Amino acid sequence: MVRSVTSFGRSGLSDWLLQRFSAIVLALYTLFIVGVLLFTPDMSYEQWSGLFAQEWVKIFTLLTVLSIVIHAWIGLWTVGTDYLPKVWLRLLYQSAVLLVLFVYLIATVRALWGF
Amino acid sequence: MSQLTVSLYRYNPESDQKPRMQEFQLDLPEGKDLMVLDVLALLKEQDTSITYRRSCREGVCGSDGMNISGKNGLACITSLSQVVKNNKLVLRPLPGLPVIRDLVVDMSLFYKQYERIQPYLINNSPVPSIERLQSPEDRAKLDGLYECILCACCSTSCPSFWWNPEKFVGPAGLLQAWRFLADSRDQATEERLAKLDDPFSVFRCRGIMNCVNVCPKGLNPTKAIGHIRSMLLKQAT
Amino acid sequence: MANINKLTYDAVIIGGGGSGLRAALQLAQSGLKTAVISKVFPTRSHTVSAQGGITCAIASADPNDDWRWHMYDTVKGSDYIGDQDAIEYMCSVGPQAVFELEHMGLPFSRTENGRIYQRPFGGQSKDYGKGGQAARTCAAADRTGHALLHTLYQANIKAGTEFLNEWYAVDLVTNAAGDVRGVVAICIEDGEVHYVDAKATVLATGGAGRIYASTTNALINTGDGIGMAMRAGIPVQDMEMWQFHPTGIYGAGTLVTEGCRGEGGYLINKDGERFMERYAPNAKDLAGRDVVARAMILELLEGRGGGPEGDHVFLKLDHLGEEVLHSRLPGICELSKTFAHVDPVKEPIPVVPTCHYMMGGLPTNIGGQVLSRDAAGKDKVINGLYACGEAACVSVHGANRLGGNSLLDLVVFGRAAGLQIEQSMKEGFSTDLAVESDIERAMSRLQRLESSNSGESVAQVRKDLQNCMQLHFGVFREGKSMQEGLAKLKVVAERAANVHLPDKTKAFNTARIEALELDNLLEVAMATAVSAEQRTESRGAHARDDFQERDDANWLCHTLYFKGEPGVHRRDVNMQPKTVPSFEPKIRTY
Repeated sequence: MVRSVTSFGRSGLSDWLLQRFSAIVLALYTLFIVGVLLFTPDMSYEQWSGLFAQEWVKIFTLLTVLSIVIHAWIGLWTVGTDYLPKVWLRLLYQSAVLLVLFVYLIATVRALWGF
Repeated sequence: MSQLTVSLYRYNPESDQKPRMQEFQLDLPEGKDLMVLDVLALLKEQDTSITYRRSCREGVCGSDGMNISGKNGLACITSLSQVVKNNKLVLRPLPGLPVIRDLVVDMSLFYKQYERIQPYLINNSPVPSIERLQSPEDRAKLDGLYECILCACCSTSCPSFWWNPEKFVGPAGLLQAWRFLADSRDQATEERLAKLDDPFSVFRCRGIMNCVNVCPKGLNPTKAIGHIRSMLLKQAT
Repeated sequence: MANINKLTYDAVIIGGGGSGLRAALQLAQSGLKTAVISKVFPTRSHTVSAQGGITCAIASADPNDDWRWHMYDTVKGSDYIGDQDAIEYMCSVGPQAVFELEHMGLPFSRTENGRIYQRPFGGQSKDYGKGGQAARTCAAADRTGHALLHTLYQANIKAGTEFLNEWYAVDLVTNAAGDVRGVVAICIEDGEVHYVDAKATVLATGGAGRIYASTTNALINTGDGIGMAMRAGIPVQDMEMWQFHPTGIYGAGTLVTEGCRGEGGYLINKDGERFMERYAPNAKDLAGRDVVARAMILELLEGRGGGPEGDHVFLKLDHLGEEVLHSRLPGICELSKTFAHVDPVKEPIPVVPTCHYMMGGLPTNIGGQVLSRDAAGKDKVINGLYACGEAACVSVHGANRLGGNSLLDLVVFGRAAGLQIEQSMKEGFSTDLAVESDIERAMSRLQRLESSNSGESVAQVRKDLQNCMQLHFGVFREGKSMQEGLAKLKVVAERAANVHLPDKTKAFNTARIEALELDNLLEVAMATAVSAEQRTESRGAHARDDFQERDDANWLCHTLYFKGEPGVHRRDVNMQPKTVPSFEPKIRTY
């Protein structure tokens, strides 16, 4: 058993599963957005904000961004532990990734619910 | 008689600052498809300082794994006709492990990962007076697993093992982990799985199948890793 | 010299093959401080090449099978110079030793009812030769040696055995009393020399097939233990007895298991004739290996060999069908494609008798204690020295080994040596420590090499030695030719004493190891040549054109050879098994 305190779920299996679940969410959301854009070719601002005024779209979007956070963290954490053998460099990189993902999350919540 | 150019990785820690490639010219006997190991033996007659491991010379002991013109394989069962292009053969040590000298690498990390998966049968029930019975079907589950010769061709062709040789068990070790998980006589399934359920040991495998591509015995570690993952999943959900 | 590093153990085992690992396991479990010295990583040892199986009366294929029948076959196979007490021990303890292997996890092939699969092998019979062919060889497909060696290594990992891998033992260290007190060894990786002190030293160094130019043996089979013991003044026994396996792949020398014939394959000459029917009407292709090998050579001599040179015969397997071949003999299909460029599913494999096994070796008792002889000619135990496996001559194989008996020999006598050492240590066995001059003596070979500045190439001398043995001490032998061979060998010996080591660097210097191995090949070759020339009869694997009959009046005995002597001593064969009546010599036919 290899210990790792910085991995997402601390277990290889949960990380692996989460990455696959989050990938499914990302795929569905991509289909949803592409579908919307295809069916409304001349999308106006009102139509776009009307779409995002609906509660279920807000929740779906939030779920998608949470999935991005999880998916990206697990993936980029893996990349870092592969290619960055120096501990300080790896921690710096991990902090930067975390910060960016946190900003994404806050920005999304603000955009959707407008605090 | 045809001529072969052999480009050989040379490094002697006592006389070389860093590794170098050395070229040798060799006259090959006509009408005989030599093995790469035969070529090395001929070169060693010229220059006794050329260093490599070898033992059985028939592909069952796993001593002479090396990188042959870009692909890992066993020198003793790789014939020149399979690998020589434009009369040139390039021999390097297995990638990713420290080189001791010439084609000899330090395999300690590889063996350490093998030992880590507890490569032995665990069965604490009282021993019967004869053998433990096993159906031919259950025994068949071990085919394609127990044949591993620990040559390290697979693990040293795996980028995940190059980056994390201390943490990722590697294809060879995982093939053996599955060999014992799959054995109907083994009782330590939970204990074995518990030791593998971290983000490195098994899950560093990204399924690129370099291991399958190079295995000189035609074994499939990627498939075994898939089985371990399914078993972990089944057990945890 | 005085600053040489010293390691101390209760027992040290030299050799990481089947017998060494089995002895190590016994000792590790007993709690004695034990180390295994092996010149290769243990799973690279030659046991890994064994294919067909391990012969043992476990009564799976035949519920009425009896170890006494196995004993009868083995005594007959040995042409009556196998020691019957040792054969009795091996055949009766065998089932327990095999079941232990299974319990350790060895992946034996299975029968429908879940028991270990057994296949027929040469020389096997039921009911003391009266009940027809038996199937007594326990198999893991055709990779039994691989499965066995890996299982034993795994069991040793579990038991926590200490390994000194890629260390090469140079010479035995003997004290003033002549007791063995460990070895001098080189760590190959860094070239450092160590003195490994132990109260018990086990030679499990395997065979020396590399004395012949054509052999099924691994390149590492150079008789290191035999050479070390001979230099320490210890005799070797029955060294004229070399088994030529009928089916080595023509041109490559790689082994094709007798299990092929056990599964129903047979040999044919260039006319497609199943010639063994003429030589052994009952057992046919499953006669003793010596019998089959001689028949093959006779076919070649009479012009019925295949190929442009007429120098090989064929092993036909295609009639067994793809399914049987791929499930029972997968390794053979692989080897045959690689080394003979032939797919046995479609075509027969070109084969030729090839040097395979050394029946002789260091004389030991059942507990693996190495024996010499005292002034009166009686057996004398060498304190502190043990041998098992192919390096030893217990003797269970006599003049000809039966297929599948070598793996049984390994586990039974590796185990027995372990038990014996455990017992001796409990009884407080001890010998005097070696002094500096004793260690110095064991380092003399190293020092000679280090100071060499000109001389012959190791590869060239080795090649000449191998060609000499191949030409003069092959399947058929003849007095005059052997004397010629012996004379040539003496020249080779002088050259070997003068080899040059151009590269004296320390790190992983395999040239140094090969130079040291050459001495051992030479000791074995010399012992073989002298013993073969002296034994003026034909028995088992030793077939002489000038003495074609077995001569029980003079030669129903072992030969014992001491280094440097011109002749051999005779040693009695044990004919007193403990629980069964002895098997009297009979004419041996199959």
